[in-house]
Amino acid sequence: MSDHKNRDIKASAARLWKEIKKNRVSYLFCAPYFILFCIFTILPVAMSMFLSFTSFNILEPPVFVGLQNYVRLFFSDRIFIEKAVGNTFAIAAIVGPVGYLICLFLAWMLNELPRILRMLFTLIFFAPTIAGNIYFTFTYLFNNDSQGYVNALLIKYGIIQSPILWFQDEKYMVTLIIIICLWTSIGTTFLSFIAGLQGIPDHLYEAGAIDGVRNRWQELWYITLPSMKPQLMFGAVMSITGAFGVGSIVTALCGLPSTNYGAHTIMNHLEDFGNVRFEMGYASAIATLLFVIMIGTNALIKRMLSRVGE
Amino acid sequence: MAKIKLSRKERGVKRSYLVDIIMYSMLLLLGLVMAIPFVFAFSNSLKPLSEFFYFPPRLLVENPTLKNFKDLFRLMSDSWVPFSRYIFNTVFITVVGTAGHILLASMCAFALAKHKFPGAKLMFMLIVTSLMFRGEVTQIPSFMIFSKLRLVDNYGAYILPALCSTLGLYLIKQFMEQMVPDEILESARMDGASEFTVFTKIAMPMVKPAVLTLLMLSVQGLWNIGGSVYIRREELKTLNFALSQIMTGGIARSGTAAAAMVLMMIVPITIFIFSQSNIVETMSTSGMKD
Repeated sequence: MSDHKNRDIKASAARLWKEIKKNRVSYLFCAPYFILFCIFTILPVAMSMFLSFTSFNILEPPVFVGLQNYVRLFFSDRIFIEKAVGNTFAIAAIVGPVGYLICLFLAWMLNELPRILRMLFTLIFFAPTIAGNIYFTFTYLFNNDSQGYVNALLIKYGIIQSPILWFQDEKYMVTLIIIICLWTSIGTTFLSFIAGLQGIPDHLYEAGAIDGVRNRWQELWYITLPSMKPQLMFGAVMSITGAFGVGSIVTALCGLPSTNYGAHTIMNHLEDFGNVRFEMGYASAIATLLFVIMIGTNALIKRMLSRVGE
Repeated sequence: MAKIKLSRKERGVKRSYLVDIIMYSMLLLLGLVMAIPFVFAFSNSLKPLSEFFYFPPRLLVENPTLKNFKDLFRLMSDSWVPFSRYIFNTVFITVVGTAGHILLASMCAFALAKHKFPGAKLMFMLIVTSLMFRGEVTQIPSFMIFSKLRLVDNYGAYILPALCSTLGLYLIKQFMEQMVPDEILESARMDGASEFTVFTKIAMPMVKPAVLTLLMLSVQGLWNIGGSVYIRREELKTLNFALSQIMTGGIARSGTAAAAMVLMMIVPITIFIFSQSNIVETMSTSGMKD
Protein backbone atom coordinates (compact mmCIF):
# COMPACT_ATOMS: atom_id res chain seq x y z
CA MET A 1 0.00 0.00 0.00
CA SER A 2 2.59 2.55 1.10
CA ASP A 3 4.81 1.33 -1.69
CA HIS A 4 2.08 2.17 -4.11
CA LYS A 5 1.71 5.63 -2.63
CA ASN A 6 5.44 6.20 -2.82
CA ARG A 7 5.48 5.31 -6.45
CA ASP A 8 2.61 7.76 -7.03
CA ILE A 9 4.46 10.57 -5.32
CA LYS A 10 7.62 9.77 -7.23
CA ALA A 11 5.73 9.75 -10.50
CA SER A 12 4.06 13.09 -9.84
CA ALA A 13 7.36 14.58 -8.69
CA ALA A 14 8.94 13.44 -11.92
CA ARG A 15 6.07 14.93 -13.86
CA LEU A 16 6.44 18.24 -12.01
CA TRP A 17 10.17 18.29 -12.66
CA LYS A 18 9.49 17.72 -16.35
CA GLU A 19 6.97 20.57 -16.33
CA ILE A 20 9.53 22.83 -14.65
CA LYS A 21 12.24 21.90 -17.12
CA LYS A 22 9.87 22.53 -19.99
CA ASN A 23 9.06 25.98 -18.64
CA ARG A 24 12.59 26.98 -17.72
CA VAL A 25 12.37 30.13 -19.86
CA SER A 26 9.42 31.36 -17.78
CA TYR A 27 11.36 30.80 -14.59
CA LEU A 28 14.35 32.65 -16.02
CA PHE A 29 12.11 35.62 -16.77
CA CYS A 30 10.76 35.65 -13.23
CA ALA A 31 13.95 34.81 -11.37
CA PRO A 32 15.70 38.20 -11.00
CA TYR A 33 12.60 39.95 -9.72
CA PHE A 34 11.31 37.10 -7.65
CA ILE A 35 14.58 36.35 -5.90
CA LEU A 36 14.83 39.98 -4.78
CA PHE A 37 11.17 39.90 -3.78
CA CYS A 38 11.81 36.84 -1.63
CA ILE A 39 14.85 38.41 0.02
CA PHE A 40 13.30 41.80 0.75
CA THR A 41 9.65 40.95 1.31
CA ILE A 42 8.91 37.29 2.02
CA LEU A 43 11.97 36.47 4.09
CA PRO A 44 11.45 39.46 6.45
CA VAL A 45 7.82 38.45 7.06
CA ALA A 46 8.84 34.88 7.82
CA MET A 47 11.67 36.03 10.09
CA SER A 48 9.39 38.45 11.84
CA MET A 49 6.91 35.68 12.60
CA PHE A 50 9.67 33.44 13.89
CA LEU A 51 11.28 36.15 16.03
CA SER A 52 7.93 37.04 17.59
CA PHE A 53 8.20 33.81 19.60
CA THR A 54 11.66 34.64 20.91
CA SER A 55 13.48 37.04 23.14
CA PHE A 56 16.12 38.73 21.04
CA ASN A 57 18.35 41.78 21.40
CA ILE A 58 20.47 41.42 18.21
CA LEU A 59 23.72 40.86 20.16
CA GLU A 60 22.88 37.45 21.60
CA PRO A 61 21.16 34.67 19.63
CA PRO A 62 17.34 34.58 19.97
CA VAL A 63 15.88 32.49 22.82
CA PHE A 64 12.55 30.74 22.31
CA VAL A 65 9.94 32.03 24.75
CA GLY A 66 6.70 30.71 23.32
CA LEU A 67 3.73 33.03 23.46
CA GLN A 68 5.25 35.25 26.14
CA ASN A 69 5.60 38.30 23.85
CA TYR A 70 1.97 38.10 22.82
CA VAL A 71 0.78 37.62 26.38
CA ARG A 72 2.70 40.70 27.44
CA LEU A 73 1.39 42.65 24.47
CA PHE A 74 -2.26 41.84 25.10
CA PHE A 75 -2.36 41.80 28.88
CA SER A 76 0.31 43.98 30.44
CA ASP A 77 1.53 46.55 27.94
CA ARG A 78 -0.66 49.46 29.00
CA ILE A 79 0.68 51.90 26.43
CA PHE A 80 -0.08 49.43 23.69
CA ILE A 81 -3.59 48.59 24.93
CA GLU A 82 -4.66 52.05 25.99
CA LYS A 83 -2.95 54.26 23.41
CA ALA A 84 -1.52 52.48 20.39
CA VAL A 85 -4.45 50.22 19.55
CA GLY A 86 -7.03 52.96 20.03
CA ASN A 87 -5.15 55.55 18.01
CA THR A 88 -4.35 53.14 15.20
CA PHE A 89 -7.94 52.02 14.81
CA ALA A 90 -9.29 55.56 15.20
CA ILE A 91 -6.96 56.83 12.50
CA ALA A 92 -7.56 53.85 10.23
CA ALA A 93 -11.35 53.94 10.74
CA ILE A 94 -11.45 57.53 9.55
CA VAL A 95 -8.59 57.78 7.08
CA GLY A 96 -9.43 54.49 5.35
CA PRO A 97 -13.16 54.90 4.59
CA VAL A 98 -13.24 58.70 4.38
CA GLY A 99 -10.15 58.80 2.18
CA TYR A 100 -11.65 56.08 0.01
CA LEU A 101 -14.95 57.94 -0.33
CA ILE A 102 -13.20 61.22 -1.08
CA CYS A 103 -11.27 59.48 -3.86
CA LEU A 104 -14.48 58.04 -5.24
CA PHE A 105 -16.35 61.33 -5.02
CA LEU A 106 -13.53 63.28 -6.65
CA ALA A 107 -13.09 60.76 -9.45
CA TRP A 108 -16.84 60.68 -10.05
CA MET A 109 -17.05 64.47 -10.23
CA LEU A 110 -13.98 64.82 -12.41
CA ASN A 111 -15.25 62.24 -14.85
CA GLU A 112 -17.78 64.66 -16.31
CA LEU A 113 -15.40 67.59 -16.64
CA PRO A 114 -13.73 68.50 -19.93
CA ARG A 115 -10.36 66.83 -20.44
CA ILE A 116 -8.14 69.81 -19.60
CA LEU A 117 -9.95 70.63 -16.38
CA ARG A 118 -9.95 66.96 -15.43
CA MET A 119 -6.20 66.73 -15.88
CA LEU A 120 -5.63 69.93 -13.90
CA PHE A 121 -7.74 68.74 -10.98
CA THR A 122 -6.15 65.30 -11.08
CA LEU A 123 -2.77 66.96 -10.74
CA ILE A 124 -3.91 69.12 -7.81
CA PHE A 125 -5.35 66.16 -5.93
CA PHE A 126 -2.54 63.74 -6.66
CA ALA A 127 0.31 66.19 -6.13
CA PRO A 128 0.54 65.82 -2.31
CA THR A 129 1.23 62.12 -2.81
CA ILE A 130 4.06 62.64 -5.29
CA ALA A 131 5.71 65.66 -3.70
CA GLY A 132 7.68 63.95 -0.96
CA ASN A 133 8.20 66.51 1.80
CA ILE A 134 5.25 68.75 1.26
CA TYR A 135 3.54 67.71 4.47
CA PHE A 136 6.23 69.68 6.25
CA THR A 137 4.33 72.82 5.31
CA PHE A 138 1.84 71.74 7.96
CA THR A 139 4.48 72.36 10.59
CA TYR A 140 4.53 75.98 9.42
CA LEU A 141 0.78 76.31 9.16
CA PHE A 142 0.29 74.80 12.62
CA ASN A 143 3.42 76.24 14.16
CA ASN A 144 3.55 76.45 17.96
CA ASP A 145 4.10 80.16 18.39
CA SER A 146 1.98 83.10 17.31
CA GLN A 147 3.85 83.09 13.98
CA GLY A 148 2.02 79.91 13.03
CA TYR A 149 -0.72 80.72 10.54
CA VAL A 150 -3.55 79.02 12.36
CA ASN A 151 -2.55 80.39 15.75
CA ALA A 152 -2.15 83.89 14.34
CA LEU A 153 -5.60 83.82 12.78
CA LEU A 154 -7.25 82.50 15.93
CA ILE A 155 -5.50 85.11 18.07
CA LYS A 156 -6.34 87.91 15.68
CA TYR A 157 -10.03 87.17 15.87
CA GLY A 158 -9.87 86.76 19.63
CA ILE A 159 -10.82 83.08 19.64
CA ILE A 160 -7.79 82.12 21.71
CA GLN A 161 -5.53 84.23 23.94
CA SER A 162 -2.24 82.38 23.67
CA PRO A 163 -0.88 80.14 20.91
CA ILE A 164 -1.81 76.45 20.94
CA LEU A 165 0.95 73.84 20.83
CA TRP A 166 -0.77 71.92 18.05
CA PHE A 167 1.57 68.96 17.77
CA GLN A 168 2.30 68.72 21.49
CA ASP A 169 -1.20 69.08 22.87
CA GLU A 170 -2.97 65.76 23.35
CA LYS A 171 -6.30 67.35 22.43
CA TYR A 172 -5.28 68.15 18.86
CA MET A 173 -2.56 65.70 17.84
CA VAL A 174 -4.70 62.84 16.57
CA THR A 175 -7.12 65.13 14.73
CA LEU A 176 -4.26 66.88 12.96
CA ILE A 177 -2.62 63.61 12.02
CA ILE A 178 -5.92 62.42 10.56
CA ILE A 179 -6.29 65.60 8.51
CA ILE A 180 -2.76 65.33 7.15
CA CYS A 181 -3.19 61.64 6.35
CA LEU A 182 -6.44 62.33 4.52
CA TRP A 183 -4.73 65.05 2.62
CA THR A 184 -2.03 62.69 1.37
CA SER A 185 -4.38 59.72 0.93
CA ILE A 186 -5.58 60.69 -2.52
CA GLY A 187 -3.08 58.51 -4.31
CA THR A 188 -3.17 55.40 -6.45
CA THR A 189 -6.74 54.70 -5.33
CA PHE A 190 -7.91 57.94 -6.89
CA LEU A 191 -6.09 57.30 -10.18
CA SER A 192 -7.51 53.82 -10.35
CA PHE A 193 -11.05 55.16 -9.87
CA ILE A 194 -10.61 57.78 -12.57
CA ALA A 195 -9.52 55.09 -14.97
CA GLY A 196 -12.34 52.78 -13.90
CA LEU A 197 -14.94 55.46 -14.53
CA GLN A 198 -13.58 56.34 -17.92
CA GLY A 199 -13.70 52.73 -18.94
CA ILE A 200 -17.45 52.33 -18.43
CA PRO A 201 -19.08 52.20 -21.88
CA ASP A 202 -21.86 54.71 -22.57
CA HIS A 203 -24.28 52.09 -23.77
CA LEU A 204 -24.59 50.83 -20.20
CA TYR A 205 -25.92 54.21 -19.14
CA GLU A 206 -28.27 54.35 -22.11
CA ALA A 207 -29.60 50.90 -21.34
CA GLY A 208 -29.97 51.92 -17.70
CA ALA A 209 -32.04 54.94 -18.63
CA ILE A 210 -34.36 52.75 -20.66
CA ASP A 211 -34.61 50.24 -17.82
CA GLY A 212 -35.84 52.95 -15.47
CA VAL A 213 -32.76 54.42 -13.77
CA ARG A 214 -34.12 57.81 -12.81
CA ASN A 215 -31.47 59.89 -11.06
CA ARG A 216 -27.72 60.12 -10.66
CA TRP A 217 -27.72 58.23 -7.38
CA GLN A 218 -29.45 55.23 -8.90
CA GLU A 219 -27.09 55.50 -11.84
CA LEU A 220 -24.15 55.49 -9.46
CA TRP A 221 -25.35 52.51 -7.45
CA TYR A 222 -26.78 50.30 -10.20
CA ILE A 223 -24.48 51.06 -13.12
CA THR A 224 -21.31 52.97 -12.25
CA LEU A 225 -20.17 51.18 -9.10
CA PRO A 226 -20.86 47.60 -10.25
CA SER A 227 -19.02 48.31 -13.52
CA MET A 228 -15.89 49.39 -11.72
CA LYS A 229 -15.88 46.73 -9.04
CA PRO A 230 -12.33 45.52 -9.79
CA GLN A 231 -11.04 49.08 -9.34
CA LEU A 232 -13.04 49.43 -6.15
CA MET A 233 -11.29 46.32 -4.83
CA PHE A 234 -7.86 47.52 -5.80
CA GLY A 235 -8.55 50.95 -4.31
CA ALA A 236 -9.74 49.40 -1.07
CA VAL A 237 -6.54 47.41 -0.72
CA MET A 238 -4.41 50.49 -1.28
CA SER A 239 -6.47 52.59 1.15
CA ILE A 240 -6.55 50.06 3.98
CA THR A 241 -2.86 49.34 3.74
CA GLY A 242 -2.11 53.05 3.91
CA ALA A 243 -4.51 53.72 6.76
CA PHE A 244 -3.07 51.10 9.12
CA GLY A 245 0.52 51.97 8.38
CA VAL A 246 0.41 55.49 9.81
CA GLY A 247 3.52 55.99 11.90
CA SER A 248 6.34 57.93 10.32
CA ILE A 249 4.17 61.03 9.96
CA VAL A 250 3.49 60.92 13.69
CA THR A 251 7.20 60.62 14.43
CA ALA A 252 8.04 63.46 12.05
CA LEU A 253 5.44 65.88 13.40
CA CYS A 254 4.83 64.93 17.04
CA GLY A 255 8.07 63.12 17.90
CA LEU A 256 8.62 59.62 19.25
CA PRO A 257 7.07 59.19 21.70
CA SER A 258 4.49 61.93 21.23
CA THR A 259 3.46 63.86 24.34
CA ASN A 260 2.05 61.38 26.86
CA TYR A 261 1.78 58.90 23.94
CA GLY A 262 -1.20 60.94 22.74
CA ALA A 263 -0.77 60.11 19.05
CA HIS A 264 1.10 56.82 19.54
CA THR A 265 0.18 54.21 16.90
CA ILE A 266 1.01 50.50 16.64
CA MET A 267 3.57 51.45 14.01
CA ASN A 268 5.19 53.89 16.51
CA HIS A 269 5.14 51.21 19.19
CA LEU A 270 6.99 48.94 16.81
CA GLU A 271 9.54 51.68 16.09
CA ASP A 272 9.93 52.34 19.80
CA PHE A 273 10.75 48.74 20.70
CA GLY A 274 12.64 47.95 17.53
CA ASN A 275 14.78 51.04 16.98
CA VAL A 276 15.01 52.54 20.44
CA ARG A 277 14.82 49.74 23.01
CA PHE A 278 16.19 46.89 20.86
CA GLU A 279 13.66 44.38 22.19
CA MET A 280 13.48 42.70 18.82
CA GLY A 281 11.42 39.68 19.79
CA TYR A 282 8.76 41.86 21.30
CA ALA A 283 8.86 44.30 18.41
CA SER A 284 8.44 41.37 16.02
CA ALA A 285 5.31 40.31 17.88
CA ILE A 286 3.94 43.82 17.35
CA ALA A 287 4.90 43.64 13.67
CA THR A 288 3.25 40.25 13.24
CA LEU A 289 0.07 41.47 14.88
CA LEU A 290 -0.04 44.54 12.62
CA PHE A 291 0.58 42.30 9.62
CA VAL A 292 -2.34 40.08 10.60
CA ILE A 293 -4.59 43.13 11.17
CA MET A 294 -3.75 44.54 7.72
CA ILE A 295 -4.29 41.28 5.85
CA GLY A 296 -7.41 40.44 7.88
CA THR A 297 -9.06 43.81 7.28
CA ASN A 298 -8.30 43.53 3.59
CA ALA A 299 -9.97 40.13 3.41
CA LEU A 300 -13.01 41.43 5.28
CA ILE A 301 -13.44 44.53 3.14
CA LYS A 302 -13.06 42.55 -0.05
CA ARG A 303 -15.94 40.34 1.02
CA MET A 304 -18.07 43.42 1.74
CA LEU A 305 -17.25 45.03 -1.58
CA SER A 306 -18.25 41.99 -3.54
CA ARG A 307 -21.87 42.86 -2.62
CA VAL A 308 -21.85 46.33 -4.17
CA GLY A 309 -24.82 46.87 -6.48
CA GLU A 310 -26.77 43.83 -5.31
CA MET B 1 -9.35 56.51 -24.59
CA ALA B 2 -10.62 59.41 -26.64
CA LYS B 3 -14.34 59.34 -26.20
CA ILE B 4 -17.07 61.93 -26.09
CA LYS B 5 -19.24 61.82 -23.01
CA LEU B 6 -22.97 61.93 -23.65
CA SER B 7 -24.71 64.97 -22.31
CA ARG B 8 -27.23 64.33 -19.58
CA LYS B 9 -30.18 64.89 -21.93
CA GLU B 10 -29.08 62.18 -24.30
CA ARG B 11 -28.60 59.81 -21.41
CA GLY B 12 -32.14 60.50 -20.32
CA VAL B 13 -31.32 60.65 -16.61
CA LYS B 14 -32.80 63.54 -14.67
CA ARG B 15 -30.43 65.66 -12.63
CA SER B 16 -31.19 68.73 -10.62
CA TYR B 17 -29.01 71.73 -11.24
CA LEU B 18 -29.05 72.51 -7.53
CA VAL B 19 -27.24 69.27 -6.71
CA ASP B 20 -24.85 69.99 -9.59
CA ILE B 21 -24.01 73.37 -8.11
CA ILE B 22 -23.55 71.96 -4.61
CA MET B 23 -21.28 69.16 -5.80
CA TYR B 24 -19.14 71.30 -8.05
CA SER B 25 -18.67 73.88 -5.32
CA MET B 26 -17.54 71.07 -3.02
CA LEU B 27 -15.07 69.98 -5.68
CA LEU B 28 -13.75 73.50 -6.03
CA LEU B 29 -13.49 73.94 -2.28
CA LEU B 30 -11.60 70.67 -1.87
CA GLY B 31 -9.30 71.68 -4.72
CA LEU B 32 -8.52 74.96 -3.00
CA VAL B 33 -7.84 73.27 0.35
CA MET B 34 -5.57 70.73 -1.31
CA ALA B 35 -3.65 73.48 -3.03
CA ILE B 36 -2.96 75.53 0.12
CA PRO B 37 0.31 73.85 1.14
CA PHE B 38 1.63 74.20 -2.41
CA VAL B 39 0.65 77.84 -2.70
CA PHE B 40 2.19 78.29 0.72
CA ALA B 41 5.49 76.64 -0.26
CA PHE B 42 5.77 78.58 -3.53
CA SER B 43 4.84 81.85 -1.93
CA ASN B 44 7.24 81.35 0.98
CA SER B 45 10.08 80.48 -1.35
CA LEU B 46 9.68 83.95 -2.89
CA LYS B 47 9.29 85.92 0.36
CA PRO B 48 12.01 88.29 1.59
CA LEU B 49 13.01 87.65 5.20
CA SER B 50 11.09 90.66 6.56
CA GLU B 51 7.76 89.24 5.40
CA PHE B 52 8.20 86.22 7.66
CA PHE B 53 7.82 88.48 10.68
CA TYR B 54 4.46 89.98 9.79
CA PHE B 55 1.73 89.55 12.32
CA PRO B 56 -0.60 88.01 11.43
CA PRO B 57 1.48 86.17 8.82
CA ARG B 58 0.26 86.34 5.23
CA LEU B 59 -0.21 83.46 2.89
CA LEU B 60 0.82 85.27 -0.27
CA VAL B 61 4.08 87.03 -0.96
CA GLU B 62 4.05 90.82 -1.42
CA ASN B 63 7.49 91.65 -2.79
CA PRO B 64 8.69 88.46 -4.46
CA THR B 65 12.44 87.92 -4.58
CA LEU B 66 14.72 85.11 -5.68
CA LYS B 67 17.00 85.69 -2.71
CA ASN B 68 15.92 82.44 -1.01
CA PHE B 69 17.06 80.40 -3.98
CA LYS B 70 20.38 82.26 -4.02
CA ASP B 71 20.75 81.62 -0.29
CA LEU B 72 19.97 77.98 -0.84
CA PHE B 73 22.72 77.64 -3.43
CA ARG B 74 25.15 79.50 -1.18
CA LEU B 75 24.31 77.20 1.73
CA MET B 76 24.81 74.27 -0.60
CA SER B 77 28.26 75.36 -1.61
CA ASP B 78 29.27 75.85 2.04
CA SER B 79 28.28 72.37 3.11
CA TRP B 80 30.79 69.91 4.46
CA VAL B 81 30.25 67.30 1.78
CA PRO B 82 30.15 69.00 -1.63
CA PHE B 83 26.53 69.50 -2.49
CA SER B 84 26.99 68.07 -5.96
CA ARG B 85 27.60 64.77 -4.19
CA TYR B 86 24.08 64.70 -2.71
CA ILE B 87 22.66 65.56 -6.11
CA PHE B 88 24.72 62.84 -7.76
CA ASN B 89 23.57 60.29 -5.16
CA THR B 90 19.91 61.04 -5.65
CA VAL B 91 20.12 61.14 -9.44
CA PHE B 92 22.18 57.94 -9.49
CA ILE B 93 19.88 55.88 -7.30
CA THR B 94 16.80 57.24 -9.06
CA VAL B 95 18.07 56.40 -12.55
CA VAL B 96 19.56 52.99 -11.74
CA GLY B 97 16.70 51.97 -9.45
CA THR B 98 14.00 53.00 -11.90
CA ALA B 99 15.63 51.42 -14.95
CA GLY B 100 16.27 48.22 -13.04
CA HIS B 101 12.78 48.10 -11.61
CA ILE B 102 11.17 48.56 -15.01
CA LEU B 103 13.34 45.84 -16.55
CA LEU B 104 12.96 43.22 -13.80
CA ALA B 105 9.27 43.90 -13.16
CA SER B 106 8.27 43.76 -16.81
CA MET B 107 10.22 40.53 -17.40
CA CYS B 108 8.55 38.87 -14.45
CA ALA B 109 5.16 40.35 -15.37
CA PHE B 110 5.52 39.04 -18.91
CA ALA B 111 6.04 35.50 -17.72
CA LEU B 112 3.27 35.73 -15.13
CA ALA B 113 0.79 37.23 -17.60
CA LYS B 114 1.59 35.30 -20.75
CA HIS B 115 3.13 31.95 -19.75
CA LYS B 116 1.48 29.06 -18.00
CA PHE B 117 3.79 27.27 -15.61
CA PRO B 118 3.63 25.58 -12.21
CA GLY B 119 3.90 28.13 -9.42
CA ALA B 120 2.80 31.18 -11.43
CA LYS B 121 -0.48 31.50 -9.54
CA LEU B 122 1.28 31.18 -6.19
CA MET B 123 3.84 33.81 -7.13
CA PHE B 124 1.17 36.27 -8.15
CA MET B 125 -0.83 35.57 -5.00
CA LEU B 126 2.22 36.36 -2.86
CA ILE B 127 2.70 39.61 -4.73
CA VAL B 128 -0.93 40.65 -4.31
CA THR B 129 -0.75 39.78 -0.61
CA SER B 130 2.30 41.97 -0.22
CA LEU B 131 0.26 44.91 -1.51
CA MET B 132 -1.79 44.48 1.63
CA PHE B 133 0.87 45.43 4.14
CA ARG B 134 3.50 48.09 4.41
CA GLY B 135 7.19 47.33 4.16
CA GLU B 136 7.87 49.24 7.37
CA VAL B 137 6.19 46.46 9.33
CA THR B 138 9.17 44.22 8.76
CA GLN B 139 11.90 46.76 9.42
CA ILE B 140 13.63 44.67 12.08
CA PRO B 141 14.36 41.51 10.08
CA SER B 142 15.01 43.75 7.09
CA PHE B 143 17.77 45.43 9.01
CA MET B 144 19.32 42.05 9.81
CA ILE B 145 19.13 41.03 6.16
CA PHE B 146 20.66 44.30 4.99
CA SER B 147 23.59 43.96 7.35
CA LYS B 148 24.15 40.30 6.41
CA LEU B 149 24.23 41.27 2.73
CA ARG B 150 26.66 44.10 3.54
CA LEU B 151 24.21 46.67 2.21
CA VAL B 152 24.81 49.07 5.07
CA ASP B 153 26.54 52.17 3.71
CA ASN B 154 26.06 50.96 0.20
CA TYR B 155 23.96 52.32 -2.67
CA GLY B 156 22.35 48.88 -2.82
CA ALA B 157 20.42 49.70 0.33
CA TYR B 158 18.50 52.31 -1.63
CA ILE B 159 18.33 50.51 -4.95
CA LEU B 160 17.77 46.78 -4.38
CA PRO B 161 14.48 47.01 -2.44
CA ALA B 162 13.17 49.48 -5.03
CA LEU B 163 13.86 46.97 -7.82
CA CYS B 164 11.27 44.58 -6.43
CA SER B 165 8.55 47.06 -5.51
CA THR B 166 5.29 45.13 -5.83
CA LEU B 167 2.83 47.80 -6.93
CA GLY B 168 4.76 48.28 -10.16
CA LEU B 169 4.81 44.57 -10.92
CA TYR B 170 1.12 44.26 -10.17
CA LEU B 171 0.15 47.12 -12.47
CA ILE B 172 2.26 46.06 -15.43
CA LYS B 173 1.20 42.43 -15.11
CA GLN B 174 -2.49 43.38 -15.19
CA PHE B 175 -1.87 45.65 -18.15
CA MET B 176 0.01 42.99 -20.14
CA GLU B 177 -2.63 40.41 -19.45
CA GLN B 178 -5.43 42.60 -20.78
CA MET B 179 -3.69 44.65 -23.47
CA VAL B 180 -1.30 42.23 -25.19
CA PRO B 181 -3.19 39.69 -27.33
CA ASP B 182 -1.84 36.13 -27.18
CA GLU B 183 -2.29 35.66 -30.95
CA ILE B 184 0.33 38.28 -31.81
CA LEU B 185 2.87 36.67 -29.45
CA GLU B 186 2.04 33.25 -30.85
CA SER B 187 2.52 34.30 -34.46
CA ALA B 188 5.90 35.83 -33.62
CA ARG B 189 6.93 32.53 -32.01
CA MET B 190 5.78 30.70 -35.15
CA ASP B 191 8.09 32.93 -37.15
CA GLY B 192 10.94 31.65 -35.02
CA ALA B 193 11.44 34.59 -32.66
CA SER B 194 13.07 33.69 -29.35
CA GLU B 195 11.05 34.32 -26.22
CA PHE B 196 13.32 37.22 -25.29
CA THR B 197 12.75 38.83 -28.70
CA VAL B 198 9.01 38.34 -28.33
CA PHE B 199 9.27 40.13 -25.00
CA THR B 200 11.44 43.06 -26.10
CA LYS B 201 10.19 43.58 -29.64
CA ILE B 202 6.49 42.79 -29.33
CA ALA B 203 5.20 42.84 -25.78
CA MET B 204 7.15 45.81 -24.44
CA PRO B 205 6.19 48.33 -27.14
CA MET B 206 2.54 47.49 -26.46
CA VAL B 207 2.75 48.31 -22.75
CA LYS B 208 4.32 51.75 -22.97
CA PRO B 209 1.65 53.37 -20.77
CA ALA B 210 2.37 50.86 -18.01
CA VAL B 211 6.11 51.44 -18.35
CA LEU B 212 5.58 55.17 -17.93
CA THR B 213 3.46 54.49 -14.86
CA LEU B 214 6.19 52.38 -13.31
CA LEU B 215 8.63 55.13 -14.17
CA MET B 216 6.53 57.71 -12.36
CA LEU B 217 5.96 55.54 -9.28
CA SER B 218 9.57 54.49 -9.05
CA VAL B 219 11.01 57.98 -9.53
CA GLN B 220 8.57 59.32 -6.97
CA GLY B 221 9.75 56.77 -4.42
CA LEU B 222 13.48 57.01 -5.06
CA TRP B 223 13.75 60.75 -5.62
CA ASN B 224 12.09 61.45 -2.27
CA ILE B 225 14.21 59.06 -0.19
CA GLY B 226 15.52 60.99 2.78
CA GLY B 227 17.52 59.64 5.69
CA SER B 228 17.86 55.88 5.79
CA VAL B 229 18.78 53.72 8.76
CA TYR B 230 21.12 51.80 6.47
CA ILE B 231 23.18 54.81 5.41
CA ARG B 232 25.47 56.50 7.90
CA ARG B 233 28.28 57.88 5.74
CA GLU B 234 27.59 61.48 4.89
CA GLU B 235 28.84 61.20 1.31
CA LEU B 236 26.24 58.51 0.55
CA LYS B 237 23.28 60.55 1.76
CA THR B 238 20.62 61.92 -0.52
CA LEU B 239 19.58 65.33 -1.72
CA ASN B 240 16.31 65.11 0.16
CA PHE B 241 18.21 64.35 3.36
CA ALA B 242 20.49 67.35 2.87
CA LEU B 243 17.58 69.65 2.09
CA SER B 244 15.53 68.45 5.05
CA GLN B 245 18.45 69.49 7.26
CA ILE B 246 17.93 73.02 5.98
CA MET B 247 14.23 72.78 6.80
CA THR B 248 14.93 72.37 10.49
CA GLY B 249 16.67 75.75 10.60
CA GLY B 250 13.88 77.79 12.24
CA ILE B 251 12.05 80.86 11.05
CA ALA B 252 15.09 82.66 9.62
CA ARG B 253 15.55 79.71 7.28
CA SER B 254 11.86 79.35 6.36
CA GLY B 255 12.38 80.96 2.98
CA THR B 256 15.37 78.81 2.10
CA ALA B 257 13.52 75.71 3.30
CA ALA B 258 10.56 76.56 1.10
CA ALA B 259 12.91 77.09 -1.84
CA ALA B 260 14.39 73.63 -1.17
CA MET B 261 10.93 72.11 -1.03
CA VAL B 262 9.94 73.70 -4.32
CA LEU B 263 13.12 72.48 -6.03
CA MET B 264 12.58 68.93 -4.71
CA MET B 265 9.05 68.57 -5.99
CA ILE B 266 9.70 69.86 -9.49
CA VAL B 267 11.07 66.55 -10.78
CA PRO B 268 8.30 64.12 -9.74
CA ILE B 269 5.53 66.59 -10.57
CA THR B 270 6.91 67.28 -14.04
CA ILE B 271 7.09 63.57 -14.75
CA PHE B 272 3.52 63.14 -13.59
CA ILE B 273 2.26 65.99 -15.77
CA PHE B 274 3.81 64.46 -18.87
CA SER B 275 2.72 60.91 -18.21
CA GLN B 276 -0.70 61.54 -16.70
CA SER B 277 -2.86 60.21 -19.53
CA ASN B 278 -0.68 57.10 -19.81
CA ILE B 279 -0.97 56.51 -16.10
CA VAL B 280 -4.73 56.72 -16.21
CA GLU B 281 -4.74 54.28 -19.10
CA THR B 282 -2.63 51.86 -17.07
CA MET B 283 -4.90 52.18 -14.09
CA SER B 284 -7.86 51.11 -16.22
CA THR B 285 -6.52 47.57 -15.96
CA SER B 286 -5.52 47.82 -12.30
CA GLY B 287 -8.70 46.16 -11.06
CA MET B 288 -8.71 43.12 -8.76
CA LYS B 289 -10.98 40.18 -9.31
CA ASP B 290 -12.11 38.99 -5.86
